[in-house]
Amino acid sequence: MSDLLQYAATGIALGSIYALVALGFVTVFAVTGAINFAQGEFVMLGAMIAAQLVHAGMPLPLAAVLAVAGAALAGAALHELGLRPALGRLSPLGLIMITIGAATAIRGMALIAWGTDPFTVPAFTPGPSLDLAGAAVNRQTVWIVATTAIVLALVWFLFQRTATGRALRACAADLVAARLVGVDPRRMGLVSLTLSGAVGAIGGVVLAPITFASYDMGLMLGLKGFVGAVIGGLASAPGAVAGGLLLGLLEAFATPISSGYKDALAFVVLIAVMLLRPGGIFRGSFARGRI
Amino acid sequence: MHPRMLAVSASILGLMLAACGGTAAPGATYKIGAIFDATGPASSLGVPERDTVKMLEAELNAKGGIKGPDGLMHKVEVVFYDNQSQESQSVLVAKRLIEEDKVPVIIGPSQSGTTLAIVDTTQKAQIPLISAAASFKIVEPVADRKWVFKTPQSDSLIMENALAYHKKAGHTKLAWISVNNAFGDSGRAELQRLAPKYGVTVVADERFGATDTDMTAQLTKIRASGADCLQIWAIPPAASTVTKNAFDLGLKLPVFQSHGIGNQTFIDLAGPSANGVIFPVGKLLVASSLPDSDPQKTVLVDYTAAYKTAYGKLPTTFGGHAWDAFWIAVKAMEKAGPDSAKIRDEIEKIRNFVGVTGVFDFSATDHNGLDNRAVTMVKIDGGTWKPAE
Repeated sequence: MSDLLQYAATGIALGSIYALVALGFVTVFAVTGAINFAQGEFVMLGAMIAAQLVHAGMPLPLAAVLAVAGAALAGAALHELGLRPALGRLSPLGLIMITIGAATAIRGMALIAWGTDPFTVPAFTPGPSLDLAGAAVNRQTVWIVATTAIVLALVWFLFQRTATGRALRACAADLVAARLVGVDPRRMGLVSLTLSGAVGAIGGVVLAPITFASYDMGLMLGLKGFVGAVIGGLASAPGAVAGGLLLGLLEAFATPISSGYKDALAFVVLIAVMLLRPGGIFRGSFARGRI
Repeated sequence: MHPRMLAVSASILGLMLAACGGTAAPGATYKIGAIFDATGPASSLGVPERDTVKMLEAELNAKGGIKGPDGLMHKVEVVFYDNQSQESQSVLVAKRLIEEDKVPVIIGPSQSGTTLAIVDTTQKAQIPLISAAASFKIVEPVADRKWVFKTPQSDSLIMENALAYHKKAGHTKLAWISVNNAFGDSGRAELQRLAPKYGVTVVADERFGATDTDMTAQLTKIRASGADCLQIWAIPPAASTVTKNAFDLGLKLPVFQSHGIGNQTFIDLAGPSANGVIFPVGKLLVASSLPDSDPQKTVLVDYTAAYKTAYGKLPTTFGGHAWDAFWIAVKAMEKAGPDSAKIRDEIEKIRNFVGVTGVFDFSATDHNGLDNRAVTMVKIDGGTWKPAE
């Protein structure tokens, strides 16, 4: 029983990060129609900038805020320099090419700037693991889950209760209609990429104390987040979050069966969902194109 | 002439003479190809290896280079490639070294997987390869590995030492967790082959990916297995992550690793959880505590000092593997010149070569040339390496 709880705790922690990455994918896709494969690099930027600043002697909270701001800026720059000139002129495939190129470029710059050695980030609240009915839960895991929950609540509030959020949702629902009522889709594209940069970086900052920060951590996290987003249908924010969590749990519970095939599992799921339920595995309002 | 002018011209003349490099006249430059896993998951191995060879190349050329069989001094040019820790990339750069750069000998790569990927390529091209990777499959069976040598202790040698330690400590139920690549799989095969000989039963057999970020799930299964020791087989950062996870999980088992963690990176990343970890490895990490009678002591202390001066940090056992590979290539070229077939024959004749990893005795049947003297047990204590009891 305590083993099952342990797997669940591991899965939820992992799934929370996937959920944040998946949320970034969905936000950008819904508003701009682009699948942003640089999403994982935002996670890396958050973790690496925070690690660098902490090593330079900056207090962790300030370093975390600056890291998130830095990645948000990178998201904005990606929109202005990469996507904005191409939107409406290139096919979705062309946009994907641009984001893959941007991901490679960001990773390359990180390699030159920070080298290949991974960096450590101190735990937010150091101390022994907490005992949860026999399952050992790392304190940082609690931070990851709590932070994810707060970020999700804030994003929900932004989408549902603010004018910007309404404009974002309008773009997602119908681009032409949104333009007719005076919403500038390009500005919303900028907002969505900045937001996804910040959300990804938050994931990176809370994850780094557990896994270390390294220039190449973004690739796999980005792909896993993408699988999470596809499970949720690629156009639904709640679906993406559920998809990310589901993937994390699936990986954790599959590990004891055959730990060698954990990464393969994510991609088998991706192919299965694409073949059997290309609209995502959820039904009803959960799955409808909404963010 | 003004006396000061005279002094200046004299010293310039002196410098020019010195630049000619000793007695012999300069000959054509000798090339050595080098492939290291300098980026990607194995960069903690490849970077110190590349840096070590760069340092040695400069050191050798400052002395005039290699004195070839023709009696001339030949400058050395090492052609470096990074295979990004990827098998496919490894094959590409190996082909480039052979076909475009036309090097007579190749040193590296850093990992078992990236080395095994190019064994066929170098065998077919008949270019000697001196690998810096662990798996015994790289040089066995020798009949199919005529052109391939390696400098690190084979995993079979390391595994024997680890199991002998387990036996001495009274461990009988071993929990195994290894990285899901050629290094981990080769170690796993050796464990399964050797465990019965030491009265050890493998009660858990788990794996993880080289870029995985959390191994708690596997460790949870190990916790329920009733094991009395945990044997990990991986390199950092993954080796650090799994150690940290075991610590956070409160797993109360003595933790053992392999020679895959012979660098400061492992300790830096694992933090306090690294303390108490025991692993079989070369003597470099505990060089200063070796007795003066140890044949390797001078080499180890000198390499440590030179690397520290050049790069401001301590060397790693991996850099030591590259140190050995470089000097073995150089020694062979002193006798053979830039002739691949002759270099291969000369490497097989190298005996009693005191390297960083151990004392090498190559032969036609042993392309690794190391024995038990090249392994010692090390324990991490207070964030540093101590000889284990």
